[in-house]
This record gives sequence, structure tokens and C-alpha cells, in this order.
Amino acid sequence: MTVSLVLIVLLMAGFAGWLIGQSIRVRPWVADTGATPPAPQTPPFVTAPRVGLAVFLAVVTSLFALAVSAFLMRRHIGADWQAVPVPALLWWNTGLLIAASVALQLAWRSTRQGRQAALRRRLALGGGLTLAFVIGQALAWQRLEAAGHPPAANPANAFFYLLTALHALHLLGGLVAWGRVLALAGRGISQPRLRQAVELCALYWHFLLLVWGGLFGVLLMS
Amino acid sequence: MAIAIALIVLAGGSVLFYFLSPWHLTPLASNWGAIDVTIAISFWVTGLVFLAVSLFIAVALIRFRHHRCGRAHYRPENKPLEFWLTAATTLGIGALLAPGLVVWGHFVTVPDDAHEVEVVGQQWHWSFRFPGEDGIFGEARNALIDASNPLGLAPGDPAGRDDVLVERPLLMLPEGRPVKVLLRSKDVLHNFKVPPFRAKMDAIPGQVSYFWFTPTRIGDFEAVCAELCGIGHFAMRARVRVVEPARFEAWLAEQPTHAERLACPPGDPRAGEALFATCTACHGERGQGRQTTGAPRLAGLGTDYLVRQLRNFRVGARGTHEQDVQGRQMRPFARSLAGEAAMRDLAAHVATLPMDPSPLTVEGDPRQGRRLYRSCANCHGAGGQGNTRYKAPRLAGMNDWYLVRQLEHFRAGIRGRHPRDPYGNQMVDMAQVLVDEAAVRDVVAYINGLARADAAPAVARQAEE
Amino acid sequence: MHEREYEASPEAPPAETGEMELVHPRTFIGKYIWSQDAKVIAIQYAVTATAIGLVALVLSLLMRLQLGFPNSLSLIDPESYLQYVTMHGMIMVVYLLTAIFLGGFGNYLIPLMCGARDMAFPYLNMLSFWVYLASVLLLVAGFFVGDGSSGAGWTLYPPQAISQGTPGADGGIVLMLVSLAVFIIGFTMGGLNYVVTVLQGRTRGMTLMRLPLTVWGIFMATVMALLAFPALFVAVVMMLLDRLLGTSFFMPEMLGMGEEGSQRGGSPLLFQHLFWFFGHPEVYIVALPAFGIVSDLIATHARKNIFGYRMMVWAIIIIGALSFVVWAHHMYVSGMSPYFGFLFATTTLIVAVPTALKVYNWVLTLWRGDIHLTVPMLFAIGFLFTFVNGGLSGLFLGNVTVDVPLSDTYFVVGHFHMVMAVAPVLVIFGAIYHWYPKITGRMLDATLGKVHFWVTFLGTYAIYYPMHFLGLAGVPRRYYAYGETAFVPDSVQSLNAFITIAALVVAAAQLLFLFNLAWSLFRGREAGPNPWRATTLEWQTPHTPPRHGNFGDELPLVYRWPYDYSVPGVKDDYIPQNVPPQAVEREPAADRGRGGES
Repeated sequence: MTVSLVLIVLLMAGFAGWLIGQSIRVRPWVADTGATPPAPQTPPFVTAPRVGLAVFLAVVTSLFALAVSAFLMRRHIGADWQAVPVPALLWWNTGLLIAASVALQLAWRSTRQGRQAALRRRLALGGGLTLAFVIGQALAWQRLEAAGHPPAANPANAFFYLLTALHALHLLGGLVAWGRVLALAGRGISQPRLRQAVELCALYWHFLLLVWGGLFGVLLMS
Repeated sequence: MAIAIALIVLAGGSVLFYFLSPWHLTPLASNWGAIDVTIAISFWVTGLVFLAVSLFIAVALIRFRHHRCGRAHYRPENKPLEFWLTAATTLGIGALLAPGLVVWGHFVTVPDDAHEVEVVGQQWHWSFRFPGEDGIFGEARNALIDASNPLGLAPGDPAGRDDVLVERPLLMLPEGRPVKVLLRSKDVLHNFKVPPFRAKMDAIPGQVSYFWFTPTRIGDFEAVCAELCGIGHFAMRARVRVVEPARFEAWLAEQPTHAERLACPPGDPRAGEALFATCTACHGERGQGRQTTGAPRLAGLGTDYLVRQLRNFRVGARGTHEQDVQGRQMRPFARSLAGEAAMRDLAAHVATLPMDPSPLTVEGDPRQGRRLYRSCANCHGAGGQGNTRYKAPRLAGMNDWYLVRQLEHFRAGIRGRHPRDPYGNQMVDMAQVLVDEAAVRDVVAYINGLARADAAPAVARQAEE
Repeated sequence: MHEREYEASPEAPPAETGEMELVHPRTFIGKYIWSQDAKVIAIQYAVTATAIGLVALVLSLLMRLQLGFPNSLSLIDPESYLQYVTMHGMIMVVYLLTAIFLGGFGNYLIPLMCGARDMAFPYLNMLSFWVYLASVLLLVAGFFVGDGSSGAGWTLYPPQAISQGTPGADGGIVLMLVSLAVFIIGFTMGGLNYVVTVLQGRTRGMTLMRLPLTVWGIFMATVMALLAFPALFVAVVMMLLDRLLGTSFFMPEMLGMGEEGSQRGGSPLLFQHLFWFFGHPEVYIVALPAFGIVSDLIATHARKNIFGYRMMVWAIIIIGALSFVVWAHHMYVSGMSPYFGFLFATTTLIVAVPTALKVYNWVLTLWRGDIHLTVPMLFAIGFLFTFVNGGLSGLFLGNVTVDVPLSDTYFVVGHFHMVMAVAPVLVIFGAIYHWYPKITGRMLDATLGKVHFWVTFLGTYAIYYPMHFLGLAGVPRRYYAYGETAFVPDSVQSLNAFITIAALVVAAAQLLFLFNLAWSLFRGREAGPNPWRATTLEWQTPHTPPRHGNFGDELPLVYRWPYDYSVPGVKDDYIPQNVPPQAVEREPAADRGRGGES
């Protein structure tokens, strides 16, 4: 639970810090003088989709932190823990995911430069690489199972499958959003909206790459 | 206005209720008086706060309720007041927490001179183990459990050979000696709770938990399960008897060790055949039961169950209730048997008897019975075949009139109320599910149906043997 | 801060914050079924939650009948009793309370109180409700499959929850776990909306420190739910895998139905940690919105600003944060390392400090107020009394030593029903009486409301207060019958019968409430836009009930906090948040100071 607690403490601390900024020395009962009209509450770059993604990423962080916490806790209980041999294939898959992230980053950049063709190419490449990653993960599962490590054999195996599956599911969910963005790009949608959509996609991919890095590290460690 | 009066009456009444209600902590029987003290402190502190806040609200409601030209006071906050309230609350919380933590310090520190007993929970039964002369428990695992090794002791561990096993849910403890209770579970979560001892803890499969206490009062105490463990949760009982140390030692010496249990020879069916001659007069040549004599079928009953019932008759745990006419008739016969070995021989012979179908005499609605039987199936099996691990006898194929009579006896407490008949106690509780005679007949009608479904394979099995 | 940049413009610009593309459907189905209007979604949530809550209420009555008059109903056997226990708990905690506070009140009030046209992502919001409905249907389907719904207790402790022999082990438990996972997915969709709308959708002038406490409570509860529900999600997924694929996350080496199982090495305690990591914050997910709403009810009906607003906000945040580090107080006797007891008893009792401060501030808000004993106010006072009682009994259970003899007894049942069932439900009732005029345009009947209040308040107290004493006497919970237990005196049976009768009376009073809801919808007195003369933005809408988009052509501009009640020197005893200072009507100088400062 320590991992989750640390993350939640960090999240809460950030939140509280921001809130203190908003509330310290504010005397809420004092009304505006009315000399100047009331101000908007958020600067223009704080758009709803951006805030939404940030909040969603916090939820996903909590999910993975808890899953990893459970994994670490279980590893410390009892001496019967038999770690899974991590298939070498995972290194290749990691490479694919990094490449996908880079492709989406480039796609984001091309929206800012207004290069439609490059955008579509890079988007498609990012999605394709991601799909390859997910297939690669499925292959890794198959190999593990063939090597005599089915999920039901012991808790270590079960955790391996669970963590990789949760991550892959999040990527698949991302691919649904990616499909929509690709369709938008094809239709030549108004620039700001497309830019925003590609941006969100790229950020989500970077985030899942980070998560994968964390998961992979934890799996290698055990 | 009414609300203010209601608050005053409720708050005052609540505090009075604490003093006047007949429901209080059970009289203490262990060293954990300190726990009672922390409870008392909590009651005093919270009671005062409760009264103060409630009365303050009531006064506010009376004094500041709306009237025509009234207007509320305007004051957004009051820093000093808020500070002092925070400080006072923190102090009050500290006053509750500090004694609690001190007592908890004792609770987690087991005294060096504590002796150990292992309590093993299973659905819906308690058994116990003492470490024996070497003072060390042998290793035990759930995977090793079988009929001859009910607690799953590891065969290779020498420390387990002298472990004393108590399968009957009766635990004796010496007065005045601290005891560390180690808890294990064979299946789901359980919690060994004896209210007068105050301390308790969950038993978890796959790990050992513990708590300690010192019994300080001689007497019989009821242990219950305090962690939901399935449909028989409410009927999972044991008895803890606190006795003088000498009596405890004597009792412990009587209990078989693991090694002795393993060495105990199985019953001899041939020797049992001779003994069985006496039984045939009432129970029938082939132990098929006779309604005219009121003696039930024996064929089909497991050795474990038969021996236990014979023992119950011998010690008076069964067949002593004045309304149990047939049981009273059975007692002298059970007492005429020479001893444990004779009972085992007899049961071994009964196990060889053929499983002829019983005549059907009871009419009821088996569809109603099917629903009622859900509660029975957990121990007696979905097919009514019985289950040794739950100490549950076979029901399918037994005399239906006998089942009706016994269920009625359980319902009325004619059978199963005796303190030395723990499984009977359980049946008394479970039989309450059957609310009337019709329900009894319905469930027996359903069991009759199970027997018919069961008959074909049973006959085949007989043929094989 | 960043606001400075935008304050420069000299004339009031059109309030562009929160201007968004709204889907305005024309058809009935588009308006009321597949609606993206947060207010309609709120009502859909509330109706669904109430409907399933009524099912859970009936289940509780069946349990009470068995306890009060044992074995008088042949339909209740030990299996069905445990199924009722499980479904009642699960429905009430998750599918009723969480859904109605966040999905119901959250959806209705957040956009209105923040001065937004709608939630940030209306389509996602609509989806959230339909996913919630699916989860409810999945849960209810459990009643009808195989041997019925799960009987594992709402805490679903393994191994019992998924081992053979437990009621519903075939289908019910699988449906329940799937339903929970679906619920969490649906809730996350809604939760994102509530948080983003509060953070990003506030109108001009609505600073964080001018948000009504209702919004603060719901907001913080949502933040906590978003962080805590993943724990339940992980636990539920792992348990599903244990049940369906035979993995061993939670399943140890054990016997099931007397037979040896195939699973090895799982840890039942791991589940408990995950469950309570969600389960304890869940208590506050229900409590914080109630705290917020009750603050606004008290301030409005006592015509007085909430006392110590800043402390109230910070108390909500601190309670929310602390509730993540107290979970193991549900596990003092679970067999985890007993040394955790020191840590968790301390953190648990620390939570009592901010909670007590909230109580003081509510009480001090009443002091020197101008208390109108309206029906919402009665419910708010009922909440205060019940919550103080339930909160104080929590000090027993949070204090590890005291908890040992009391855990798993009726003391616990009494405590959590007082604090988590009755107290929030009283707030829900109060809130419905308070906002019904805005939602429908008509007042609820006050006489019926008062009868409803008195029966509910006194009745629930009669149910739950004596239960504490049963627990003190050691009576264990989740027992189908007590039979001949040596330490349970016969008088317990009479008390149980009394409690059952009280429960039946309270349940009957709820029918009166339902009748009032239906009757007043058509026959209630016309309410007008602001019947309680309240300050918050939802009462300042141009239409009652508010139309899609909430505020007509222009969003309101906010000049003040939501608690400008009885401001000295002002003619009315309230100033709505959107009234500019120039427009405030002053009293003649002679009268000044009467309500004045001290």
C-alpha cells in the first residue's frame, strides 16, 4: 500500500498547495466592490478536455498504483513466491511502445505546423506501432503459457497477467480514441479541435509509456 | 419548539438508557479489565460531549427561533473560539486515545509464561490442539487434511507426534495461567469469540493469527464465531471450560495425541458382527430399521457418526430427555458395550450391511422441501449422502419416519440440547429453519426423492463390494 | 494570480466562461431519455437509485422480521437471510447513497451552483447514467440466476465470497462483481464531469472560496471516489479471475464444502486491504456531500452565514485526505499484524478533530440565528443530532482496544447505520424538501413533510440507538438466529421485536413521503423562483424549473460568497451571489446596527 499512499499523498499535496494559493488571505465574506467586472476563473489554456485528461490520468495512476501495491504486498507475504521469468520479447515490445509514443509526439508537432499529410502518416504509424505492441504482449502471454506458466499456477503468474492485461486494455481504449482522431484528421476538421484531440492522444500515450516503464521495472525486479 | 424538547428528551433519555438498560458487558472472566476501563472512559467522555452538544442545539433552537422582527447576527468567523474548540477537542481525543494505546501495548505483548493452544475453525465447527510435552506445535497445512489427520499435521515433523488433538468443540483451560491462542482456519474466515474474555481474533486460512488472555474465573463459557462464515455461521459454537490447573492437566492427559490417534486400530467387522446380534431385535436383521419398534435404519450410517451417537447414549448426551422415549430405551444397550473398541467394531460391521431401499411412509411437498433443503445441503451434501468432515450423517435412504421424529425432537429441543452434544446443538439451531410440521414433512419428502435418485449408484456400489 | 490579466477590460464583457455547444433535442425521447442535460440525468440517477433503494429497504424489513419474530416466515432461511444482508448493504452503500449524492445531487447542483450551462462533457455524463443503470440491472439479475444473489456479506470477504457452499457462489457473486466493475466505470465517467465542471466551469467571479459548501462537499467526495474506487475495481477484477479462471490472488490452500480446493497461496487479507482502502473513503464519499448540503440547509433556514466558512472548507479537505490513511481500522481483529493497531487508531481518532469542528460550526451557525423551523431545517437538525451520536460511537470503534470486544457485534451495526445510513438519508430528505421547488416549481406539502420527519427521525433513533447496547452485551451481527446462546439474555428477543416494529413504522412513513412527492408534483403550491429566499445561483435562474442551459442568455456574474444572510445595514436578510454591490438595497440609517456587529 505504500506505493499508493505515496502517490495519493503527492496528489493531495499538490491539490492542497494549489488550493492554499487560491484561498490564503482570501476573506470570502468580502464582496467585490463592483468597480471592475468579475474575472473568469480559469486562464484560456485551461480547457475542459485538458483538465479532464489530467483528472482521468490521476484515476488511472491510482488504479495502477493500487495494482502494483497489491503485487508488492503479496510478494512480501509468505515465502512461496515464485517469480515469473520475464520473456525477452517484452524488451522488443517496449521498443515498439516508445516508437509509438514518438510517432504521436511528431503527429502533435505536425498539427502545430499545419502539415495535414504528415499528421495522418504519423498518426497512423503511432496507432500501428501500438497495435503491434498489444499483439506482442499477447505473444508473450502465449509463450509464457507454453513454457508452463499459466495464470492459475501461482499468484506471481496471476499478477504478471493481470498487470500486463490492465495496461494493454488501457492502450486498447486509447486506440478507440485514436481511431476517432484519425477519422477527424481524414475529414480535415477545423484545426484547433484536431490539434487538441491529437494533443490529448499524445499525452495519453506518453503517460501509458511511463506506466509501462513502471510496470516493466517492477516485473523485472521480482 | 417541539424539536427542541425532542432533542432534550432524546439526549437525556439516551444517557439514562445507558444506566437503566439491562444490556451491559458480560461479566468479565479474564485479565482484560483494562479493556472495560477504556470502554467506560469512552462512555463518559462521549456521553458528556453528546449531552453538551445536544443541549446546546436545543437551547439555540428555543432562543433563536424565528419571530417577526428578528434578524440573525452577522459574524463570519471567530478565530479565538475556533482555536479553543480545536484545542479542547484534541485534548478530549487524546484522553480517549492514550489509554487505548497503552492497553493495546499489553494486548500485543504476549507474556513469556503463556502456554499455547491452537484453535482451528472450519465451517461450522471448532477443534483445538495443544503442543504436547515438547511444547512445540508440529507443522500443519490444510492440504494435508484427511479423515485420519483432521488438522493437517505434517507427517514428517516429529514435533507434531505428541500434539494433543481435541476434535470435540470443548476446550478446557487452567484458571490463572496466561494462554496464547493461535488461530488457523481450514476453509473461510472465522473469529473465535468468548464475550466474557473480551479478546478475540479472526482465523484466516493459510496463516496463523493470535491473541492472548488469562482466564480468571472458573466456569463454562460459550464461544461463538464472530466473522461471517456461511449459512451455519450462527450455529458455530464451542464451549470453553475454565478449571483448576490440576483438573486441566488431568483432562489434557486423557486426550489422545496425534501419534496415538494414528496408532488406533480400525474397527473389526467380524468382532462387530457378534455384538450386532443384540441390535437386530429392534433395528432388523440387516439393520434396515423397524417402524413398529421405532428403531431406525443403521445400514448406511458412517462409522464416525455411529460411534459418536453410541458415545452420546453412553454418557447421557442423548436419550436422557424424558420425552425421548426411544432414546431412553437405547441408552442401556449402548452402555452395555464394553468400550471404544467395541463401538468401533460394531460400527465397522454396520458399514458392511447392504443398502436396501427404505419404505416410503411420509407424504409432503418435495418442491417446498427442495428450497428448505438448501440449508441442509451445506453439511449433509446435495445428495443427502452425509459428510464426515462436517460430522453430518447420511440422510438419503434413511427411514423417513425416523427423520421426521428426529427433526421434531431437534425443533423441540428433545434431542441436541445437551451441552456434551455440540453437533446436536447445531442441529437444534438449524432445525429452527423448519417453521412447522408441514415444513418437516416437506423436507423429508424431498430427502426421500434424493434416496430414489441415489438408489441406483448405491446398489451398484454394493455389487462391486 | 492569473485573474489579474483579465480584469483589465473596463466594461462587463459577455460572460463567455462556460459558453458551450449544447445539444438541444426536440423529441420527448431526446429530452428525457437520451438526455445530455445534467438536470435530467440527475433525476434519472435519483429515480433509479431510489427504486433500487426501496428494494434494499424491503430486504432490510425481511431481515428485521426474521430477527424480531424468528422463524415466523418460512420464506426466510439462513441462505436467503445472508442474501438479504449482502444485497441490502451493497445496494444501500454503493448503488443508492453514492449514486444519489454524486449522480443525483451532483448533477443537479454542480452546474447550477457554479454558474455553468451544463457539465463539461454532457455526452459522457449521459453515458455515465446508462452505464450506472446497466450495473443496477446486472446486480438485480443476481436475484434471478441459479441459487440467487450472493450471500457473502457486502464486504465480500474471500475465500467465503467465492467458495462453494456460499449462497450465490454459482452466479450471484459473478454478477455482483461484474456489476461493481461496471458501476465504477460509469461512475468514473460521471466523476470526471463533476470534477472538471467545478475546476473549469465556474462562472466569472465564482472563486473557489465563493463556492457553496454543497459544491465543496460533492467535489471533494468525487475526488476521493475517483481515487478510491480503483481499489475496489482492482479487488473486484482479481476476485473475478479467482472465481472464473482459478487464479490465486485471494484464495489460499483450503477446503471448500469439505473438499480440498485447487488454489494455493492467495492472501485473503490482501483483499481486505484493497477493499477497505476503497471502503473507508467510501464512508466519506457519502458523508462529505451530506456535510456540504446540510451546511447550506442550516445557513439558508437559519438566515445566517455558515460559521467559519474557511475552516469548513479545509475540514472537508482534511477529512477527505485523512480518510485514505485509516482503512485498517476495519481490520483490527482481522489477523493482520496487531502492531498496525497503534498507527491506525491514532490516524482514525485524528479524523475526529476536523469532524468535530464541522459539528461545532453547524451548531454555532444556529446560535444567534433566525431559525425558521421549515421541513428542510427539521431534517438538518435531525441530521446533526444523529450524526453527533453516530460520530461519538465511532470513537469507540476507532480506538483499537475498545474495538476488540465490540467489533462484529450490533454495536457496529448501530454505529454505521446511525452515521452512514440515517444521517445521510436525513440530509437527502432535507435536500429534497429544499430543492424540490426548484426541480418541479412546486412546494412539497409541509404537513406531510413534518409527519414524515417525526416518524423517520424518532423511529430510526429507536431502531439504532438500542442496538449499541446489544453489541455491548456481545450479541454478534450477521446471525440468522440466536438460538440458545448463553450470554444473550431473553430480553434481547423482546428488544429485537421492538426494533422490528419500529422499522416497519419507519418504512411505512416512507410511503407517505413517496405519496407527497407524487401528489405535490401536480397539486403542490406554486413555489416561485426562490421560495426560501436563498443566495446561491440555482435560485436565481430566469426560469423555474431551469431550462436546458440553466441561465438564459447570459451567465450570471458573481460578486460575493454564498452566505450573505442578514448582512447588517441591508434591507433584505439575504443578498444573492449575483447581485452587484450597487444594486444592494440598504436600510434607512436609523435602523442600522440593530442586527449589527458586536
